[in-house]
Amino acid sequence: MVTGFFKRGYLFLMFVFLYAPIIVLALYSFNSSRSRGSWDGFTFQWYLDMFQDRHILASLYYSIIIGVAASLVATVVGTAAAFGIHNMKSLPQSAAMNLTYIPVLNPDIVTGISFMLLFIFLHIRLGFATLLLSHITFNIPYVILSVLPRIKQLDKSLYEAALDLGATPNQGFHKIILPEIMPGVITGLLLSFTLSLDDFVISFFTTGSGVSNLSITIYSMARRGINPKINALSTLMFVCVLILLIIVNVLMSRQQNSNNSRRLGNV
Amino acid sequence: MKKNWAAYPYIFWIVIFTVVPLILLFYFGLTIKDSKGVVITLANFKRFGEPVYIKVLIRSLILAAESTFLCLLLGYPAAMILADRKLNFKSTMILLMVLPMWMNFLVRTYAWLTLLEKKGIINMLLGYIGLPPLNLLYNDFAVIMGMVYNFLPFMVLPIYSVLSKMDHRLIEAAEDLGANPLYTFRKVIFPLSLPGVTSGITMVFMPSVTTFVISRLLGGGQYTLIGNLIEEQFLTTGDWNFGSAISIIMMLIILVSMGFASQYETHQEGGGLW
Repeated sequence: MVTGFFKRGYLFLMFVFLYAPIIVLALYSFNSSRSRGSWDGFTFQWYLDMFQDRHILASLYYSIIIGVAASLVATVVGTAAAFGIHNMKSLPQSAAMNLTYIPVLNPDIVTGISFMLLFIFLHIRLGFATLLLSHITFNIPYVILSVLPRIKQLDKSLYEAALDLGATPNQGFHKIILPEIMPGVITGLLLSFTLSLDDFVISFFTTGSGVSNLSITIYSMARRGINPKINALSTLMFVCVLILLIIVNVLMSRQQNSNNSRRLGNV
Repeated sequence: MKKNWAAYPYIFWIVIFTVVPLILLFYFGLTIKDSKGVVITLANFKRFGEPVYIKVLIRSLILAAESTFLCLLLGYPAAMILADRKLNFKSTMILLMVLPMWMNFLVRTYAWLTLLEKKGIINMLLGYIGLPPLNLLYNDFAVIMGMVYNFLPFMVLPIYSVLSKMDHRLIEAAEDLGANPLYTFRKVIFPLSLPGVTSGITMVFMPSVTTFVISRLLGGGQYTLIGNLIEEQFLTTGDWNFGSAISIIMMLIILVSMGFASQYETHQEGGGLW
C-alpha cells in the first residue's frame, strides 16, 4: 500500500514537472497585465494582438505550406527510394542505407550549416525555396525508415498470384503492394509533417530574410524577452496538437474496432 | 518487382543534398583564405585547441553530462513505475509522458523563461513565503533545467520499453532464491535494462551537447556552448572555415559516442537506437 502510494506520488510529481511550465505559460496568455508580477484580470487581448500581427500570421502560413509540401514530396521520393533500395544488391544497398542515416544521426546544427554552405555555393538565394529543399531532405530518411520494414514484410507470392491471375504489373502494384505498405507510408507522411512543423535549427540556417516559420519567429521574439503574444501563440499550438492527437487516437481505435468486428463476422 | 530505378531520384537527391554539403564542410574546415588565395591547412583545428575554445568544449560536455545524469536519476524510477504491471490507467500515463514531446521545442524552452525570470512564478511564490527572490535565469541551473525538461521523455521511453518487455519470471526467481528487492534490482533488473539506459543516455546527451537554443534563451547572450560557437562563426563573425572545423569536431564527438553506445547495445543484444 505504502509503496503504491509512493509510486503514484512520484508519477504525479513527474507530471507536475512536465506540465506546470505549459500551464503557467497558458495562464499568462490570459493575464491582462503585461508585467508578469501580478494577475490583473482575464483578457483575450493577446490573442487578438496575435491575429493582427502580420509577422506571426506569415510565419504560420509558411510553417503549414512548408510542412505540407515537404512531407508530400518526401513521402513520394522516400517511398520510391525504399522500393529501389530494397531491390538493390547488398553492397549498394548498405551504401545507400548508410547515406540515408547521415541526416538522421548528424547533429541538426551541422546539417543546417552544411545545407547553408551548399546553397551559397550554388548561388541559390536563401529563402522559401532553400527552406523547402532542406525540409524535404531531412524528411526523406524518416519516410524510408518507416516504409522499408513494410516492404520487407511483403509476401511476394501475393503479387505473383495477382500477375498469374492476369493483373498487369501496374494493377498488381496498386491493388496488392500499395495497400500492404500504406500504414508505413502514412506513418512516414505524418512523421515528416510533424518534424517539419517542429524544426527550428535547420530552418534557422537555411532561410533568408522575409521568410520564417513559427519556430524562428518564436525564437526571435523570445530573444527579446517575454512577450504575451508568444504565450497566446504557444497555447493555441498546444491546443491544436492536443486536438489532433485526440482525433488520431479516436480514428485509430475506431478502425481497430471495425477490424475486430469484421474479423468476428468472418468467423 | 525489379524496380531498381525507383531509387535513382533519391540517389541523385542524396548526392546533392547530403554528400556535397559534407564535402563543402570538409573543404571549408581544411582550408583558409589568405592573400595568396585558398590554402589547405589544419590551422582551423589548431585554433580550436586554444584555451578559450577548449573551455567552451569542456563546459558543453560537462553541462550535457550533468543533465543526462539528472534525466537518468529522475527518469529511471518513472520508467520502472510505468512498466509496473499493476499500474492503473497505464496507457494514459504513457500518453501523458509522451505528450510534451509533441509540443514545439521552442515553446517548451520559452515556457521556462516564464517560470524562472526575475518576476516569474517561482520568485513570486518565494516572495509569498517571505524569501528574497533568486537569480534563476541566465546561469548553469537554467540551462540544465531547460535540457532536462526538453529531453527527459527521451530517457524514460527507451528504459520503459526495455523494462516492460523484461521476463518477469527472472525477477520472481531472484526473489524465490532469497534476494531482497535492492539486490534483485542491482543484480537482475538494472543489468537487463542497460540497453534501454544506453539508448536513453545517447538520446539525451546528443541533443544536449549540440544545442544552441537552450543556452541562448535560458543562458543569456554571454553564455556560450559549442553550438553557440558554431552559430556565431557562421552568422556573426562570418568565419566559415573555423565554423566548419568546429562542426567537424562536433560531428566526430557524436559519431564516436554513438559508436560506443551501439557497440555496447549489441553486447547486450538489445535493439538498436531506431
